Amino acid sequence: MNKAMIELHDVSKIYQVGGQEVRALDRACLSVREGEFVSIVGPSGSGKTTMMNIIGCLDVADSGDYILDGLSIDRYSDRELARIRNHKIGFVFQGFNLLSRLTAEANVELPLIYQRLGMSERRKLVAEALHRVDLYDRRKHKPQELSGGQQQRVAIARALVTKPSLLLADEPTGNLDSKTGAEIIELFHELHRSGNTILLITHNPDIAKTANRMVQIFDGKVYEEVVS
Amino acid sequence: MIIQSLRMAFESITANKIRSFLTMLGIIIGVIALVVLVSLVSSASDSVTAQVSTLGTDLLTAMVLDDKGYPLRLSELDQLATNPTIGQVAPLTQTVVTAKHGYTEEAATLYGTLPAYGEIYHWQMQRGRFLKTTDIDNSSYVAVLSLEAAEKFFGQSDPVNETIFLNGRGFKVVGVLEEDTSLMSVMTTSVKIYTPYTVLVRTSGMRGISNFIVTPANPKSMDEAEEALNAFLMRRFKEDENAFFVFNQSNLMSVVGTVTDMMSYLLGGIAAISLLVGGIGIMNIMLVSVTERTKEIGIRKAIGASKGSILLQFLIEALVVSLMGCTIGIALSFGLLQAATLVAGGLISFYLSFRIVLIAIGFAVAIGVLFGIYPAYKAADKHPIEALRYEG
Repeated sequence: MNKAMIELHDVSKIYQVGGQEVRALDRACLSVREGEFVSIVGPSGSGKTTMMNIIGCLDVADSGDYILDGLSIDRYSDRELARIRNHKIGFVFQGFNLLSRLTAEANVELPLIYQRLGMSERRKLVAEALHRVDLYDRRKHKPQELSGGQQQRVAIARALVTKPSLLLADEPTGNLDSKTGAEIIELFHELHRSGNTILLITHNPDIAKTANRMVQIFDGKVYEEVVS
Repeated sequence: MIIQSLRMAFESITANKIRSFLTMLGIIIGVIALVVLVSLVSSASDSVTAQVSTLGTDLLTAMVLDDKGYPLRLSELDQLATNPTIGQVAPLTQTVVTAKHGYTEEAATLYGTLPAYGEIYHWQMQRGRFLKTTDIDNSSYVAVLSLEAAEKFFGQSDPVNETIFLNGRGFKVVGVLEEDTSLMSVMTTSVKIYTPYTVLVRTSGMRGISNFIVTPANPKSMDEAEEALNAFLMRRFKEDENAFFVFNQSNLMSVVGTVTDMMSYLLGGIAAISLLVGGIGIMNIMLVSVTERTKEIGIRKAIGASKGSILLQFLIEALVVSLMGCTIGIALSFGLLQAATLVAGGLISFYLSFRIVLIAIGFAVAIGVLFGIYPAYKAADKHPIEALRYEG
């Protein structure tokens, strides 16, 4: 049994929307082990993105404990959270979120710049990550010169380049046609086979079922369902 | 990190060339205004100061306005010269004569003075000699010509030992002065002839000295010399201080200095205001840019940029815009001053004042930081989730 990568204990997050309390997460508990591929499904507004944000250290919980890779994330400063995002987490978004001014290469390089790595080290890691997603030949292209699937692969390379403990993907196929979407999901499976821990949010039950484990969220509460 | 921030700043500046240029324009104009105006004043002031100092700074000029029926005589000046605080005294009486040599006949200014006059102004001779004490004592009919007068009456030939006729009377030319480039030469006619004071008095029938210059025994005892001169004139003209006028050249220098300094501060201040306006332009554009790039900020934060690195990125961007504007402004100022020198036709040479260049750079940095820090702080303070959600 691998050690736990993510542990959420009774995590709650409350938003104030128009003077009304919205309980986005209600004492949610989740445990993901190293090397697992877990999919998260649920209707929109169910709290899955809130959970993803907390797991990704973009947000902090109002109550409960979150332990990532053995580190308790509560009470961390902004600066330390930025550091954790930089070193331990790779994000893949629905809208790709690449910087349009920069080439594919420069986009992938960005997290390494914030790690203050030297030029030669950065080059090596960027080349490695781009080979991994099979886009090394297109490294000099800007995002608008690439197809949606290619852009998402650049985004995946950017998420991989720091060799993070955890890959978080929020509807990574949401903006892609089904064929390209399937290719991207296949890439995630490949990454999973080579040892990455992956958390994937999706609407598509067919995609969700291909994961090791499927987790359902409804009204801020977590319901688990083992797939395989 | 600084190098990376610089790279990012250049990327973002070149991504929006027209906007960046227009933002810089405020700084460029401000810097040009500051550098050119202050350099113009300081160049002009240096030039005026240099001109004034050719008039002699350790020098008192006295003018007699009302001699009360008793004209001032040369022997009285000799007596004044014996005062221990006073160095040399030389009268300068002038009249206009008709000078003639060969077929050339022309009006010229004839000055009657002493050898001391040439010494006080450190005059150099092109040929021959200046007036000598024996010329004065013997009332010799000798003349020293200005270079222009020599060229006018004698052309290329050597005038020394030739005779020039002044109002019909023959004078032996004993010397020619070097070209006079002082401010005085611009203000007066250049066809000048110098002759012993005693000769001028005799030939023109002019009575009394109305104009003379005095130097102190020691350049540091200027004030004592001025006091002695005033006391002498008061005694001579029956305690009537309106009968004469004493002018201290070093006072003129300090007045020139005060006026040009004030001009510098005034113009520099106005230019600094335009730089400030340029700075506000930077802040304005940076604020727009921060809003436009909210998504970018969100992305950067998501992949691990800390508040500090976002702050640094935007601050350096503001600084780079401001410093690029400053550099362009200084380069254009240099060009403008060169052009101004050409237009001035060598009368004044305008140069870039190094001090004001440093001040301009300092100002540009201060403005970049001052007006960049708030937008940069706004950028750094954005919440990553809200920033990521922003669709602009």
